[in-house]
Amino acid sequence: MSKLTILKKGIFDENPIFVLLLGLCSSLAITTTLSQAIGMGVAVIAVLTSSNMIISLLRKIIPEEIRIPIYIVIIATLVKCVQMLMNAYTPELYDSLGVFIALIVVNCIILGRAEAFASKNSVIDSALDGIGMGIGYTIAISCIAIVRELIGTGGITLTNPFDASQVLFTFSIFKEYAITLFTQPAGAFLTFGCIMAVIQTFKIKKEEKNKAKEGGK
Amino acid sequence: MFNLFTLFVSLSLVNNIVLNRFYAICPLLGVSKKSENALNMGYAVTFVIVVSAIITHILYYQVLLPLGIEYLDLITFILVIAALVQFVEMFLKKTSPTIYKAMGVYLPLITTNCAVLGVALDNITAGYTLIEAAVAAFAVSVGFTVVIYLFSTIRERLEINLVPKGFKGIPISLITAALMACAMAGFAGLV
Repeated sequence: MSKLTILKKGIFDENPIFVLLLGLCSSLAITTTLSQAIGMGVAVIAVLTSSNMIISLLRKIIPEEIRIPIYIVIIATLVKCVQMLMNAYTPELYDSLGVFIALIVVNCIILGRAEAFASKNSVIDSALDGIGMGIGYTIAISCIAIVRELIGTGGITLTNPFDASQVLFTFSIFKEYAITLFTQPAGAFLTFGCIMAVIQTFKIKKEEKNKAKEGGK
Repeated sequence: MFNLFTLFVSLSLVNNIVLNRFYAICPLLGVSKKSENALNMGYAVTFVIVVSAIITHILYYQVLLPLGIEYLDLITFILVIAALVQFVEMFLKKTSPTIYKAMGVYLPLITTNCAVLGVALDNITAGYTLIEAAVAAFAVSVGFTVVIYLFSTIRERLEINLVPKGFKGIPISLITAALMACAMAGFAGLV
């Protein structure tokens, strides 16, 4: 497998959220605004890449029977580091994400990639896999967040994570007609369900096309 | 006493863990195809959440805080949970092989259920006493069990209904969850 395919498969073919359906808890909870989603995505990329690298380095030493507890301890240590860094440098983001930074520990994507990829592949491949999967995760939650923030508040505001008072980019189209339901929990399920339905429809169409081609032969 | 009751109602209904706070979405979608499995999962999770909440609470206030090593909370909690799940698995295997067989696959999954770690961390953040923490953990798991059971019964009905092709499976389940979340929002302001 070439390096590029490893990087790309996390973004498209094996997108952790839309295809593998892993790590949904955090993806639904923190997608009320785009800034939060991107912050969470960066945290996940950092943890996933470093955990993949460390586990790949240790893969020949870790005994088979107790590998899961060892993985969990490694991941928990990394998450705590990220959490403390975020508390120090991005306090507003830390407060708005709350317990969900700590819950990266039990995010199925991280443990899943450790088990399925990092424990069998070289360090560079594992790091690329981590970056690819992390970017895939970030793109997916950003999609959900854009839809929710746009419909829920009528516009999109992106703030500087290091200083929340500084607005990087903002626009507002239909503030008076915003549907606040989309910023509430029900809106998260609704948005995610609709995006999944669109993806599934495309997949069915593609399959039908392929079938028609084979039938034509 | 009244405080504890308020806490119970608020955590099991008003701030329902699954539909309002998004913990434990994975088991909600994964294990809810059959109502029987959903109930068994609910019981197992209830046990693990309540016991782990009590143990982590004691560990945090009796060991981590006096020693000044609160920053080790995540690592300690996740190890307690992993060990507890392993213990439940071994215990069930020895005492009642039938239940063990029925939920065999789902048991190890409880370790990565965000609800367990989430409740342990929330209890510390909220500063509950030991009794409050135990009640909160029980309330949360009752909320989880009720929602996952109701959701699974709806999904059983959905299986035989006509659904547009694109919405079959996960999408329609998520939209069902959205409607349930709307219904749950009706409890807001109860406490």
